[in-house]
Amino acid sequence: MTGAAVIPLPQAGAQAASAAQAHRIAGSVQFQGLGKTYTSSAGEVQALQDIDLEIQPGEIFGIIGRSGAGKSSLLRSINRLEQPTEGRVLVDGEDIAGLGEAGLIRLRRRIGMIFQHFNLLSAKTVRENVALPLRIAGVQQAEAAARVAEVLRLVGLEGKEDTYPSRLSGGQKQRVGIARALVMRPEILLCDEATSALDPETTLSILRLLRDINRRLGLTVVLITHEMSVIREICHRVVVLERGRVAEMGPVWQVFTRPQHAATQALLAPLTRALPEDLSARLHDRAEPGDLQVIELPFAGEAAPDLAVLAPGLRLVQAQVDPIQGHAVGRLVVLAPQGFDPATLSAKARRLGHVAAND
Amino acid sequence: MSPQMIDRLIAAFFDTVLMVSASAGIAVLAGIPLAVFLVTSGPGGFFPAPRLNRVLGAIVNGFRAVPFIVLLVALIPLTRLITGTTIGVWAAVVPLSISATPFFARIAEVSLREVDPGLVEAAQSIGASRWNIVRHVLLPEALPGIIGGFTITVVSMIGASAMAGAVGAGGLGDVAIRYGYQRFDTTVMVAVIVILVALVSLVQGAGDTVVRRLRAR
Repeated sequence: MTGAAVIPLPQAGAQAASAAQAHRIAGSVQFQGLGKTYTSSAGEVQALQDIDLEIQPGEIFGIIGRSGAGKSSLLRSINRLEQPTEGRVLVDGEDIAGLGEAGLIRLRRRIGMIFQHFNLLSAKTVRENVALPLRIAGVQQAEAAARVAEVLRLVGLEGKEDTYPSRLSGGQKQRVGIARALVMRPEILLCDEATSALDPETTLSILRLLRDINRRLGLTVVLITHEMSVIREICHRVVVLERGRVAEMGPVWQVFTRPQHAATQALLAPLTRALPEDLSARLHDRAEPGDLQVIELPFAGEAAPDLAVLAPGLRLVQAQVDPIQGHAVGRLVVLAPQGFDPATLSAKARRLGHVAAND
Repeated sequence: MSPQMIDRLIAAFFDTVLMVSASAGIAVLAGIPLAVFLVTSGPGGFFPAPRLNRVLGAIVNGFRAVPFIVLLVALIPLTRLITGTTIGVWAAVVPLSISATPFFARIAEVSLREVDPGLVEAAQSIGASRWNIVRHVLLPEALPGIIGGFTITVVSMIGASAMAGAVGAGGLGDVAIRYGYQRFDTTVMVAVIVILVALVSLVQGAGDTVVRRLRAR
């Protein structure tokens, strides 16, 4: 276990951090034929079936699916808060099913976890909450105090040490949760819908913090969410779960640009902007004299679009292009005069219809 | 009231306080472990022992079902075995604590059950042992409710201690029965009632203050 020793202090600089990342080998998770069946009063429910996955050390791996897809069961099987009924989970190559209570406690100290509802102890201050993992692990007081101060600085909570959680905002509570999860210097961080209870702005700041932690400390981050925007923001690879099975998996930009499964398309739908209302209302199939063409120019994984393709006389009416892992994803919508050939823009450009040129 | 009667009242007051505090101490020492066991040994708990859980649950219910005045008489042989006598303050402590423990344990159990299961899960995720979870999560998080329940227990014990007076345990109840009731001394009766009301108000007020402080965090 080289993981614990190589984490640099936050002020140690980017160089030391990248060196730590290069040396880090711990933090892999493998699922082999994983299955989970619940027995309830309504009969047997298959929460997970035939999951075969490998999570690489140091990556940010997203698990997405609609509610009830089995995301939570899959995440919780990594630190055995959930006991699978079939298959195996290997952490750093070790099958965790055979661990006794002491072994399980040692495993969990290598795996931090944060929660949707933060799960902070209300009777303890920020400092006491963050120090608890060290206290129960028997770490000496002086060292514990130094490490608590270090992680609180990392998550930006200096000055809040003696505050009780009820006095903190949602974003601050999650930062305490992250500090508590990091104080044992884990090699894996599990995030259970960690931003679902936060407003969009706070969500973004927490996601940036997670990405920063992943880069600086080189630890593996496994997160579950039902929001594709979270995946787009920070994940390297994503698996889409549907009814307890893997629907599709791959690098985030690929899943975003070429979604194969209906479940993925449904999850992506909220991120795809529809045509502007006034345009779609006036859209018709047959060209009338004096109409303009409405042309869609999609981008799915190319380099950033070169605006030189937009010829004189074209009018840009809608544009949404996001870089995802260095790939441009989105589309432009332009108005063009009759007789303009969409193919001159790009092979993928297509005519959506016509509108009267009355504006 | 004669000076002797005032002395008698003061002595009786301290007898009541002694009886109740000794019994309350025993009820806490026995009731909290009992409550923790009832919560954690049930189905889905982390010290699973369903059979022992059911047996203890039944015993607790049994004691709760018996009226205190009946329990007082029924426990006389046990009281004699433990204290060597059946009269006096210490003889009253035996039935008082035996009756208060299951009562308090049930109230503490409710508070412990109300602790968010997410907190237990979070503690498990940081590598807490089951004992650590009891000590650092369940008990501190349930503390306001446990203290509120303890206040209720003490108040009902003050009432029960007056009944113990009827079988020769001494204390304020004994004075009220012997002088106030049997000798028709209304002044003594009123004095005992005033002292009891003041005592109960004091206990309830102190308990409420502590709970309010804890909840304000």
